[in-house]
Amino acid sequence: MKIPSSIWTLLIGIGLTLVSLWYGQNHGLLPTAASDEAVLVDGLFNTMMTVSAGIFLIVEGVLIYCAIKYRRRAGDHEDGPPIEGNVPLEILWTAIPAIIVIGISVYSFEVYNDIGGFDPHAIHEAPIMQESMAMPGTALAATLNDTPPSNEPNLNQQKSDEAMQDPATAAVRNADQIPQKREAPGVGSVSPSLGASPEKAGKPPELEVNVTGLQYAWIFTYPETGVTSGELHVPIGREVRINMTANDVIHAFWVPEFRLKQDAIPGRQSELRFTPKTAGDYALICAELCGPYHGAMRTQVVVQKQEDFDKWIQEQLTASNDTLKEAIALNPATVSPDEFLAPYTKEMGIHPEMLHQIHK
Amino acid sequence: MTQAQLQETANIPAHIDEPGIRKWQDYFSFNTDHKVIGLQYLVTSFIFYCIGGVLADLVRTELRTPEVDFVSPEVYNSLFTLHATIMIFLWIVPAGAGFANFLLPLMIGAKDMAFPRLNAVAFWLIPPAGLLLIISLVIGDAAEAGWTSYPPLSLVTGQVGEGIWIMSVLLLGTSSILGAINFLVTLLKMRIPTMGFHQMPLFCWAMLATSALVLLSTPVLAAGLILLAFDLLAGTTFFNPTGGGDPVVYQHMFWFYSHPAVYIMILPFFGAISEIIPIHSRKPIFGYKAIAYSSLAISFLGLIVWAHHMFTSGIPGWLRMFFMITTMIIAVPTGIKIFSWLATMWGGKIQFNSPMLFAMGFVGTFVIGGISGVMLAAVPFDIHVHDTYFVVAHLHYVLFGGSVLGIFAAIYHWFPKMTGRMMNDFWGKVHFALTIVGLNMTFLPMHKLGLMGMNRRVAQYDPKFALLNEICTYGSYILAVSTLPFIINAIWSWLYGEKAGNNPWKGLTLEWMTTSPPAIENFDTLPVLTTGPYDYGVAHAPANVSPSENPVLRADADEPYPSIESDIETRT
Ligand code: HEM
Ligand SMILES: [Cu+2]
Ligand SMILES: [Cu+2]
Repeated sequence: MKIPSSIWTLLIGIGLTLVSLWYGQNHGLLPTAASDEAVLVDGLFNTMMTVSAGIFLIVEGVLIYCAIKYRRRAGDHEDGPPIEGNVPLEILWTAIPAIIVIGISVYSFEVYNDIGGFDPHAIHEAPIMQESMAMPGTALAATLNDTPPSNEPNLNQQKSDEAMQDPATAAVRNADQIPQKREAPGVGSVSPSLGASPEKAGKPPELEVNVTGLQYAWIFTYPETGVTSGELHVPIGREVRINMTANDVIHAFWVPEFRLKQDAIPGRQSELRFTPKTAGDYALICAELCGPYHGAMRTQVVVQKQEDFDKWIQEQLTASNDTLKEAIALNPATVSPDEFLAPYTKEMGIHPEMLHQIHK
Repeated sequence: MTQAQLQETANIPAHIDEPGIRKWQDYFSFNTDHKVIGLQYLVTSFIFYCIGGVLADLVRTELRTPEVDFVSPEVYNSLFTLHATIMIFLWIVPAGAGFANFLLPLMIGAKDMAFPRLNAVAFWLIPPAGLLLIISLVIGDAAEAGWTSYPPLSLVTGQVGEGIWIMSVLLLGTSSILGAINFLVTLLKMRIPTMGFHQMPLFCWAMLATSALVLLSTPVLAAGLILLAFDLLAGTTFFNPTGGGDPVVYQHMFWFYSHPAVYIMILPFFGAISEIIPIHSRKPIFGYKAIAYSSLAISFLGLIVWAHHMFTSGIPGWLRMFFMITTMIIAVPTGIKIFSWLATMWGGKIQFNSPMLFAMGFVGTFVIGGISGVMLAAVPFDIHVHDTYFVVAHLHYVLFGGSVLGIFAAIYHWFPKMTGRMMNDFWGKVHFALTIVGLNMTFLPMHKLGLMGMNRRVAQYDPKFALLNEICTYGSYILAVSTLPFIINAIWSWLYGEKAGNNPWKGLTLEWMTTSPPAIENFDTLPVLTTGPYDYGVAHAPANVSPSENPVLRADADEPYPSIESDIETRT
């Protein structure tokens, strides 16, 4: 029985669609989604995987089909038929990719809006005057709140100043003090990185954490309580805003399970808002090359229940009553580079002796 | 210069005082013959490919295990910095220029480039630039800040290495600007009178688009690097935040060149593939104009997408959307090319020789890099995978699967023209098989690594990624081995290979209408076009003609070399 080619095309089309749809949902390529934002991003990714699988199969399929069907038979020295073009076909394959990318753009736009990319609130608060007055060597008293500039001390800056006092860390950092610009000069807006999602726009975040990146550690301060720590604790279901900057070189705040990343840039402040969803310990990774030990610059993010979080804050407060400085759990200010790197290397299976040898 | 003067330059090439010499020493001298220069570019860049490849394998050897156990982290950073710099600026870009040098004058019937001496200067800037980099590696003080060299990191790692790196890249940038000027003028002014733009082979269109892109973007990189050098060596603070400078400004300047650079690296090989597929499928290229114009579209769009490298670094929200959309749109002209190539093969008589295999490998692999590129354009997703191994996978599918396979396809295809001898097809196929296996084994797992949480540019990583990394590393050894049959084949064939004849593939573009290798001034007489470059299977262009009696192209002995008047009249 001879099956007409239109039926073949239909069958192949259905098969392709099914395979692509299945693969888009079952690729197993992403880690747990531990924030509300991650769920949205994953939806986008799965859709793109579906479309991509389809395109991939079509192109490779045609390529292999041509290779088999149209190979030159022995003894055939003729040319193929001189087909030079086909306007409807060309319009079709221009239009289809155009429609696909428009579709992906619209979807991305939606997701981007939902995860707070367009938070207009943050943009309007840009203290332009303040930023132009930033002077080298001064800790700019920029606020980390949503409210216009106040004279509240900048905890980010204070903590990093403290850490700077210590020669051990200053040595690895090569920088004195970096004036913080609130954001891009000239643009006149805080580029919010990722601000509040639309329904939360205009409201202050439920929890604020200031983050400073320095070679090769993250320092977190909780402005409400003054707690300072080397790992990030956040309660489930509360929207957190991270205000970040860097002391020496560019670092990047990345928690793969949150699907969020933002560079911490010396001289600038950037922010990121997200809502943790699933309890657990996740790695916080520095994603921007920041020196030889870039690979060791990682710490934990602990997403926990509100009670556990409150308990943790209490413990930190008690500890810090005595000496704030020592309380910085992994503050490199108090340890030599070797000691400082030791916990990371253990976690990553690197022998301390090795590190000792290679660290100048 | 007026048209008349240009035509003069072409007709009296600067090497006229030494006609006919074709000794091996020519290749080591300031020769001004475009064919010699083309080969100088190709051989030099291939040597750098081998060096870059060794560095890549050292990088991968370090990454075979999660610990830092092979080189120190400082050295590791130098290794991948130089690997990337060498692969980009000393292999792919100069290899494209090498083919352009060799082929453009032949394809348009000119005797040489518009500016032969400038051409030689452009080449001779490359070896010192490469040597500088290698010296910095040997003295143990090479740049460590990645090929992007972002400040402030590039300002606080070793000054010597970084200074050398800047110097070297500036030299290479200058070289490619000089080359681009030459290609543009040659293509615009020196085509034979009968060749309008629409009779130009597609490789010429691709080089037109590439050269325009080089001229528009490279100076911005140079400016950025000069400012960086001031920060590094003179203590200014353009980009240094300790003095109030802004590191993000550097990123804008850097990517304004370096994004277009990926098109500078791939467009020439899009062009080469558009030549190779129709010949070996024995069919006219499908959608000539669409392919030609899509090169221009890619070149234009390429200039307005740079900030997609900066989605996580600090650009305003609306601007990210602008760059997302421009980046997505580039997929359309790229898609047009891919579908046109497939349609060219459809219904053809495909000959599975080495050039065609590499060309098909190019299409099949580049598609993967293209698809992941569209994904990366989607801002929310890019925010997750930026600076991870997903990006490393994407860029290698584009640069290795795209450019490098394209280069090999082009070498196998034009080797007979360049040397007068065929390359061995069996070893070409072995080379192809090893490359495809190695390529996918090395780079495919990197997609998953990046998505799961492995950041790039790290010497040590979470042990849970150990298995996939081991696979990647063994893949990279296969890639290293894959070049051996090629190297031996190329050298052996050049010396002893089967004689190729003038037109072994029965091509219709002008470069096949002269001897192999072409004589000093390419054509004895002015070639005249009687058919398009891809008229395979067309009635007046029978397939089975011996090159000498090819009726498609009438080399009319009586016709003088183009007179200026007829030239202006006939040119479209
Ligand atoms: C011979 C096979 C190759 C292997 C095994 C290889 C391997 C690698 C690896 C492992 C990295 C990541 C380094 C890191 O992030 O720590 C890398 C980076 C890179 N490679 Fe390759 N590569 C190869 C060929 C190429 C080619 C042909 C190009 C052509 C342009 C290229 C361009 C780059 C670039 C631009 C980077 C980015 C470096 C960076 O992140 O700064 N590679 N390569
Ligand atoms: Cu870092
Ligand atoms: Cu880092």
